[in-house]
Amino acid sequence: MAEAHTEYEHPLMKGYREQLGCGFPQVADVFEDCMAEALSALSGEGIDAYLEYARFLCKMGRGVEPVLIFLEEWPSVATTLGESALPALKGFIHKMYKSPNGKAIVPFLQSLAAIARRLHSQEQMQDYMDLTLDFMARTTGSIHGIHATFASPGLPEFFQQTPFLLSQVSVAGLKNWVEYGIRNYHDHPDRQRDYFSLQSADSRAMMQRERSGTLLFDNERKLDMTLRGLWNVSDHFVPYSLKFDELRKPIPYYDKLGIRLPDVYDDFVVPGGPLSNSPPLGGREGNSLPAGEIIVSGLDRYRAVLAHIVGHKRWTAAIFADNMSPFQRMSAEFLEDSRVEYLAMRQYPGLRRIFLALHPVPAEDACDPAKESAVRHRLAMLSRAILDANHPYTNPDIIEFAQRFHAMMAQSESSTQEMADLAIAFGARTHRQSDQLPKIHFQDTEIDYRDDNRQMWKFIEEGDEEEAFDQNRKVELEEEIKGLPPRHYPEWDYNSQTYRPDWASVYEALHPQGNATDIDRLLEKHSALAKRLKRMLDLLKPQEKVRIRYQEEGSELDLDVALRSLIDFKSGATPDPRINMSHKTSGRDIAVMLLLDLSESLNEKAAGSEQTILDLSQEAVSLLAWAVDKLGDPFAIGGFHSNTRHDVRYLHIKGYSEQWNDEIKGRLAAMKAGYSTRMGAAMRHAAHYLEAQKADKKLMLILTDGQPADVDTKDERLLIEDARQAVKELDQKGIYAYCINLDNRLKPGADEYVSDIFGRQYTVIDNIQRLPERLPELFIALTK
Amino acid sequence: MTAKDQYKVHKEPFFQQQSNEVALYEAAYAARLPVMIKGPTGCGKSRFVEYMAWKLNKPLITVACNEDMTASDLVGRYVLEANGTRWLDGPLTTAARIGAICYLDEIVEARQDTTVVIHPLTDHRRTLPLDKKGELIEAHPDFQLVISYNPGYQSLMKDLKQSTKQRFAAFEFDYPEAKLEAGIVARETDMSEELASKLVKIGATARNLKGHGLDEGISTRLLVYAATLIKGGVEPRDACRMALVRPITDDADIRDTLDHAIDATFG
Repeated sequence: MAEAHTEYEHPLMKGYREQLGCGFPQVADVFEDCMAEALSALSGEGIDAYLEYARFLCKMGRGVEPVLIFLEEWPSVATTLGESALPALKGFIHKMYKSPNGKAIVPFLQSLAAIARRLHSQEQMQDYMDLTLDFMARTTGSIHGIHATFASPGLPEFFQQTPFLLSQVSVAGLKNWVEYGIRNYHDHPDRQRDYFSLQSADSRAMMQRERSGTLLFDNERKLDMTLRGLWNVSDHFVPYSLKFDELRKPIPYYDKLGIRLPDVYDDFVVPGGPLSNSPPLGGREGNSLPAGEIIVSGLDRYRAVLAHIVGHKRWTAAIFADNMSPFQRMSAEFLEDSRVEYLAMRQYPGLRRIFLALHPVPAEDACDPAKESAVRHRLAMLSRAILDANHPYTNPDIIEFAQRFHAMMAQSESSTQEMADLAIAFGARTHRQSDQLPKIHFQDTEIDYRDDNRQMWKFIEEGDEEEAFDQNRKVELEEEIKGLPPRHYPEWDYNSQTYRPDWASVYEALHPQGNATDIDRLLEKHSALAKRLKRMLDLLKPQEKVRIRYQEEGSELDLDVALRSLIDFKSGATPDPRINMSHKTSGRDIAVMLLLDLSESLNEKAAGSEQTILDLSQEAVSLLAWAVDKLGDPFAIGGFHSNTRHDVRYLHIKGYSEQWNDEIKGRLAAMKAGYSTRMGAAMRHAAHYLEAQKADKKLMLILTDGQPADVDTKDERLLIEDARQAVKELDQKGIYAYCINLDNRLKPGADEYVSDIFGRQYTVIDNIQRLPERLPELFIALTK
Repeated sequence: MTAKDQYKVHKEPFFQQQSNEVALYEAAYAARLPVMIKGPTGCGKSRFVEYMAWKLNKPLITVACNEDMTASDLVGRYVLEANGTRWLDGPLTTAARIGAICYLDEIVEARQDTTVVIHPLTDHRRTLPLDKKGELIEAHPDFQLVISYNPGYQSLMKDLKQSTKQRFAAFEFDYPEAKLEAGIVARETDMSEELASKLVKIGATARNLKGHGLDEGISTRLLVYAATLIKGGVEPRDACRMALVRPITDDADIRDTLDHAIDATFG
C-alpha cells in the first residue's frame, strides 16, 4: 500500500510527508486526504504548525491514535475556532501528557471537533479547557499529597460525554455539573465514573437542572391548572426524558397512571437563532419573523399536548384494530387526531394559533413516490389541509377529503369509527404500489404535540404469535405499595453553599400500636406533677373577653367616662369624645408540632437513672401531649429516624385532626428507638404539615438526644449545617423551631452543635430524669 | 317623604330567575318566615333581595356586617347630647318599627355574640327587647329578616351557630348555568350573547380552579364588569385581564393559566 502511494505522490505532498516524519503505516493511509483538507482550510504557517504538532503527537509515545485523530480533526476545528487556537490546545494536551492522565488524550481529541462546533469561539474553548484542567487536578489521586499518581477516573468518561452535554447545557452549566460531580464523588472512583458517564441518577438530575428550556418540573402547577381550569380534568403528569433514549424517541401518551410528557420543551423559535433546537419551519407561520424569535413558548407546547390528549380522553372511543391493516390504522390515527383537535378548537379557538405553528407543512413535492413510500407524507398533508384553511396543496384528493372531513364535523362531533371509515376511503383512493417501499418519507410528517394513540385501539386478540399463550398479562401490581410514596427533600451542602436536589427520601408511616394503658399508668405516676401543671395551664387559658375602654366608637356607653365627659361639657371644657367601650376576645392561636428523635442512642440509660432516655422521653411526651390537649392548641406528634439518605422514616404518632385518645396513647406506648438522626429532612417534612395549619404562631419542638448524624455521611458538619439550614427555612415559613436537647454525655462543649443549629432557641436538659416535668413547663413558658 | 319611603326600592332591578325562587320567596314572605340566602360572592344574592323588596313594594334596610360590628350597631345605643343622653335606634330596630325587610349581608362576618340579638325577632315572638332602654318592640306585621352569607370561604371560625341557622328558611344560590349567565351578562350590558358566552367560558375556567389555588371563582358580577369595560371600548382581552383575572389572584401561575384561557377563548 505504502508503495502505491509513493508511486503517484505529488512532490509537494512528499515534502509534507517528510515534514511530518511519522512512521506509523496507518498515518500513511489517511495522510493525503487529511492534507488535502488541511491545505484548503489552513494558511501556510498553519500547515507548518499543523505538521509540526502532529509530529510531536506521533513521537509522544501514546500510539498512533492521537496523531491520527489530530490529523483528521484539526482542519475542521481550525475552521471553526481559527488557527490561533493551536498553542492553547498544545499547552492543554501537554499538561495532560505530563500528568497520569495520558490515556484521556485520545477521548479528548476525539471529542474536539464536536466540541469546537458547539463552542464556536476560542474564549469559550479556553473556558472549557480551564474547567477540564481544574477537573483533572482535583480528581487525580495522590499519595501523601506529593505525587499525582493515579489517573482521574472520570476524565475519559467525561470527554466522551462532553459533545452531548454541551448540546444540552452552556459551558457555565457544564461547570456546575462538573463541580457537583467532583465535590461528591472525588473520593469514590466507581461512582465518579458513573457520574461522569451520565449513568447515575443524580448526574442526570444535575444536568437537567442546568438545562435551558421549559422544564416540566417548573411548570407542573401551571399545567395542572390548565388541565383543571380549561378542561375540568385532573390527572398526574409523568415526565420522560428525551435525552437518554436516542434510538426510540418517546412521544407523549397517557394511560391510567397519568399523562406522559417530555421533561423539557424548548421554546419553538424561528431557526437560526443562538439557541435554536427547533425543527426547520417549512412553510409554517413565522417565516417572516427574525431568527430566534419565539413563536410558541415551551409552556404553550405543553398546553398543546394537553389539549390534544384531553381531546382524546373526551372524544375518542377505542375501536377494534384487528381488521385493519397497519396503514389503515395509521390513517385512522391521523384523522382522529385531526378530529379531536378540531373539537378542542371549537371550544377554544385560540388553540388554533398554537396548533398551526407547531404542525409541520410538508412540501407537496418533497416526496418522490417512485423512490420512497409516501403514506405518511400524504397523511401529514391531509392533516395540515384540515387544520389550515390556507393550505398550499393542490392535490384534488387532499382537498376533497379535507372537505369531506369538514362536512362531517359541521353536522356533529362525528366519531372515531367514522374517522376510521373516512381513513379507509382515503387509503383506497390514494393507494399506490410504492406505498410498500421500505423507505418511508418521514420529513415534516411528525407532529410532535400528538400522542401515540395507544388508547384508540382495542384488540380482540392479543397477537398472532403462538408463543404468546404463556405471556404474563398482569404486569402491573407486582408490588403493592406499602405506606405512602416517599417525599424527596433537598439537603444543604455547606461546602458549596448549594442544595443537593431531592437528596433525602422521607417515608411516612403510621407508628405501630401498643398498649394505651401503659401511657395512662405513666400519667397516673405523675399525677402530682399533672395537678401542678393543670394550675399553670388554667392561667394560660385565654381569658376570652377583655374590655377596651376609652373608645370613640364602641359597643356600649362607658357610664363613668361619659359622666365625666358630660361634667366637662357642662362646665364649658372640651369633653373627651372617647366615652364608649368595647369588648374583645383575646385568644390563643398556636399550632404545635413535636418532633421526636427516635434514633438508636435513645436506648442508652440516662445518667444516674435506671430508665433509658427513651422511657423518660415517653413519659415527658405523654405529659406534654396531655397538657397541650387540655389547653386546646392544635398539636401533632411525629417521630423520625434514618438509615442513610434513601430511607428517612417519619412515624406519624398524632395528627392535628386526631384527638388525644387511646389510639394515640397506644402509638406512644409502642415507641422504639433505632438507626440514626437525619434531622434536616425530618424537620422539613414535619414543617410541611405545620405550615398548612392556620395559626398565628407555629411552634416546632424538637426533642433530640444527640447531634444529627447518619451512616452514609462521613463529614460530621454536613448534617449539622443542613439542620441549621432547615431551621432557617422554617423561620422563613413563620415556624419557630425550638430544640430540647437531652445530651447524655456531660462533656463540656459537647452541646456546641445545638447552638450552631438552633441559635438561641434551645434548652439542654442535663438532668434527664427531670425531663417529664421540664418538658411541659418549657412548653408553657414558651407559649405564655 | 316618610321614613318608610326612603327605604323603598323605586326602580325595578334586573333579576334573572334561575328556577322558581321568586315564588318561593313570596310564599316565605307571606308567612313572614325569616330567610337565609347562601351562595358565593357576586352570584346575585343582594340583587335578589332588592328585587323582591321592589316586587313586594316594601322598604329594604341593608346592613353590611363586619367583625367590628356589635349588637348596639344593630339595635341602637344611647348617644350623648347637651342635655344628657338620647336613644338612637339601630337599623334592625328601625326595620322592626316601620315594617321593612331587614337584610343583613354577609352575616358570618359579624361576631357570634352580635348575631344572637336577632334570635327573638326570628321565631314566633317577633319581638325585639331593648334591654338598655327597657323597651320591648313588637315587630311591625310587614317586618321580615333576611340574612345572606357565603359558605365558600368560611373558616371554622366563620360559621353560623346551629341555633341561628335553624331559624331560617334557606335559598342556596350558585352561579347560573352558562347559557343563563351569558344572558344575564348580555342583558346587563347590552352586549351580544356570543361575546357574553365567551366571558362566561373564561369564568368557568376560574371556577374549575376553585380549591386549587383560588378561594373563589370569577363571579357573575365581575363578568358584568368585564362586559361593561368591553362595552366602553376596551379591547376584550385587556378587559378580561383587568376585570376578571387581576382582581381575583396574586398567584403568578394562576394568572398565567387564566391569561392562557383568555387567549384560547378569544382565538
